[in-house]
Amino acid sequence: MDALRKLFHDIMPAVDFCSLRFVDECSEEVLVRQNILQPMHSRRSSGAMLTVIDQGGYGYAATSDLSRHGLHAAIQQAIGWARISAGKSVIDFSKLPQSSVVGNYSSPAGSSLSRKELIHLLMQESVTCQIDTRIVDWDASISQVSTEQLFISSAGADIFQQFQYLIPNLSVTANQGTETQTRSLGGQYNGFCRQGGVEVLQQAGFYGAGKRVATEALALLQAPNCPTGRMDLLLLPEQMMLQIHESIGHPLELDRILGDERNFAGTSFVRPDMFGHFRYGSELLNVTYDPGMEAQFASFGWDDDGSIAEKTWLIRNGILEKPLGGALSQARAGMAGVANSRACNWNRPPIDRMANLNIEAGSSSLNDMIASVEYGVLMDTNVSWSIDDSRNKFQFGCEYGQMIRQGHLAELVRNPNYRGISENFWRSLKMVGDSSTLAVMGIPYCGKGEPSQLIRVGHASPACLFEQVDVFGGEA
Amino acid sequence: MQSYFLALANHTTNKLLPEEVTTCWFSAESSDFVRFNHSAIRQPGHVVQITLSLQLICGGSHASMSFDLSGNLERDVLLVNHYLQDLRTQLADLPADPHLLIATEINNSTQILPSALPSVTDMLEQILAATQNVDMVGLLSTGTQYRGFANSYGQRNWYESSNVNFDWSLFHTADKAVKSSYAGLSWNAVQFQDKMADARKKLALLARPPITVEPGNYRVYLSPTALNELISMLNWNGLSEKALRTRQSCLLRLQSGEISMHPMLDISEDSRTGLAPGFQSQGFIKPDVIPLISAGKLGGSMISPRSAREFGLSANGADLDESAQSMVMRAGNLASDDILSRLGTGIYIANLWYLNFSDRANCRITGMTRFATFWVENGEIKAPLNVMRFDDSLFRILGENLLELTEETEIIMDRHSYNERHTGGAILPGALLREMHFAS
Repeated sequence: MDALRKLFHDIMPAVDFCSLRFVDECSEEVLVRQNILQPMHSRRSSGAMLTVIDQGGYGYAATSDLSRHGLHAAIQQAIGWARISAGKSVIDFSKLPQSSVVGNYSSPAGSSLSRKELIHLLMQESVTCQIDTRIVDWDASISQVSTEQLFISSAGADIFQQFQYLIPNLSVTANQGTETQTRSLGGQYNGFCRQGGVEVLQQAGFYGAGKRVATEALALLQAPNCPTGRMDLLLLPEQMMLQIHESIGHPLELDRILGDERNFAGTSFVRPDMFGHFRYGSELLNVTYDPGMEAQFASFGWDDDGSIAEKTWLIRNGILEKPLGGALSQARAGMAGVANSRACNWNRPPIDRMANLNIEAGSSSLNDMIASVEYGVLMDTNVSWSIDDSRNKFQFGCEYGQMIRQGHLAELVRNPNYRGISENFWRSLKMVGDSSTLAVMGIPYCGKGEPSQLIRVGHASPACLFEQVDVFGGEA
Repeated sequence: MQSYFLALANHTTNKLLPEEVTTCWFSAESSDFVRFNHSAIRQPGHVVQITLSLQLICGGSHASMSFDLSGNLERDVLLVNHYLQDLRTQLADLPADPHLLIATEINNSTQILPSALPSVTDMLEQILAATQNVDMVGLLSTGTQYRGFANSYGQRNWYESSNVNFDWSLFHTADKAVKSSYAGLSWNAVQFQDKMADARKKLALLARPPITVEPGNYRVYLSPTALNELISMLNWNGLSEKALRTRQSCLLRLQSGEISMHPMLDISEDSRTGLAPGFQSQGFIKPDVIPLISAGKLGGSMISPRSAREFGLSANGADLDESAQSMVMRAGNLASDDILSRLGTGIYIANLWYLNFSDRANCRITGMTRFATFWVENGEIKAPLNVMRFDDSLFRILGENLLELTEETEIIMDRHSYNERHTGGAILPGALLREMHFAS
């Protein structure tokens, strides 16, 4: 890193502002399918983005050539774009305050297993999935990612952050005729992803998951379709994380509110004038941006513009307080936000992203919530998600459904789905689970931006009970 | 870039020990991205990236490593040496792979698409000039994409495309907008201005007060772009041989013969379009055409080398994800000028958005209308429609409810750039439907 620092300072041009963001990421997935090790693939991504602000314009250039020549060429490209965009940009970039922070961040230290040990562990779980001839496919995987990131700037910032991620998954498919049900550990898109080492496997319930998940897949295969109607809906964390992500996280992104994403990811039903007074949810709804939660997937010390990351209430007692907007969006909108300007890698520029977006635990036990329901359904583990481009009208489906009748859990149901409208759905929140119901989860692949970016986000949530929601199942 | 890649590939082959085999997948680009909002520049930049994916095979075991390169051959061969040694160490821990299939027949190819593009600043100036006094948001992506394959048997394949994709929306208010794009291997100022003028004309229609219709079934016209969103869902494990074999495909009922789609429905993977390289990442060559749905029945599938080995079939050029890269749907007879009159009273859908399965076994899909979607009465556009959610089975949409397909087709390029600018796309007509179900 010192060599890179020296190079940057050597080639730093005479412009209003210049920064270098270097990312070096190593990743490897070990995947076992039907007791056969799948092709081993590792990846190392290493490169730098140079950003220049000059004469009010802004430009970036990214390169994997980290030599003096490569960085110099990139900085010239960035200067070229800054000059071209000067006076034609959405804002006069020269007026933005720039970070001069110096600091370090590291993921919590964790234990590791050798590649051989990981393969053995995955084989063990894989073998236990095969409990019935109706189990037609299954796989188990563990991905490990190690990232180092350096941000240095002409304003004096020097931030070094190291991240370790572990991403387990296990999925089992049962079939009879043309009916197929897939059940997974934390969702088919790696919900139990976290920072840290193999301790994450214990926290995710990975050990022994093969037989348990296979048993549930078979049970769902025999279950009737979820009934249609309005009923109470109890969502467990493996679905709550998606509910938070789509109908709180994305609508609160300030760059969406400012219109940047209207051509691709969409706009937002939230307007700037709603902050401070809009009732987003019932009084039980408390939502925080919390980049400091230990081991959560998107914890960090500073965002990719060098802004310090601190826990911030976005929705307090149901009232909307702050958007998810980094320093640039805050300056454009003239409102306070959070440190969430993030890029997915060295080859993409930072934009407003969610990071860790959590629902604070309430005071109800799971048993109390079930007991309070006369007629309803419990759903868990997202399998289908669709929402309009204003992040308002949504329809979500889950892997797992179980009816609740007269305060007791009753029969399993398959293909459970529900619909709602973000703008009023959260006002139907009538009970929030206590910390015993809370799970710390995440999503490795949140898509947004032009050019496209997939980024890691974290969502921690307790179980939540909603009143009178439109629910339905699959076709008979 | 091609000679640099060939030198890297030759170096890799020269470094092999006896019994070792390698494959190299090369993916590089030099791209400019200019992001716009409110007809001003939001985020402009330049990206140069070069990635090599190196696979080492020995005695039935194999492993691969992808890494970024600088473009300087002298320095990059040292990285190749390093990662080759890394892979050798890995192989010691790995069992033989029973599903490994290697392309051993040598099929060399070079495909450099002819292009004629002005400088990015020229295009930028034209865009800014054409979007004054209107609220434009979008992305200009341009530059050269490179894909290469090489193996130690001596096969060499190259694909190179210098292209542009300006993907934009003109906004009226809130979520009411006209979406358009100008993409290809050349830039014609007149054609671009015509496209922009057409979008401005449609934008005027959005000034009319929007209406909301009750949930229910409506007669519908799907533009090629909207139809592409629906058809793209088949790339989500629908046409994958592995998904069909493991009973996870949404087309199981079509496969069993329990269901048929409309006899006029013909969908194929057509590599002759040049939308994507004619070779896949392990060196298997794509046939010209793979029939996928023929006369409404399942006619084929995408078969990766791995599935071919697992299920005792022949590979057909599919990559590991077994998705179609160049899907072509056969056109019909509906003339463009007759679309509104044949629709009569119903919904004209320009774009669909955020599709997902609501019941995969029945190929039931939900999603939203987006951008310029209109309520049409007696063949005349009456008003923009507020966003509606549909939830219906593709078996019905392109089965009993498919009335006509347009005689004109559109080329729809994959505009995504996750990690890198994507290749691929589809060529599709528009579709007139007897009815489609809207849930809310």
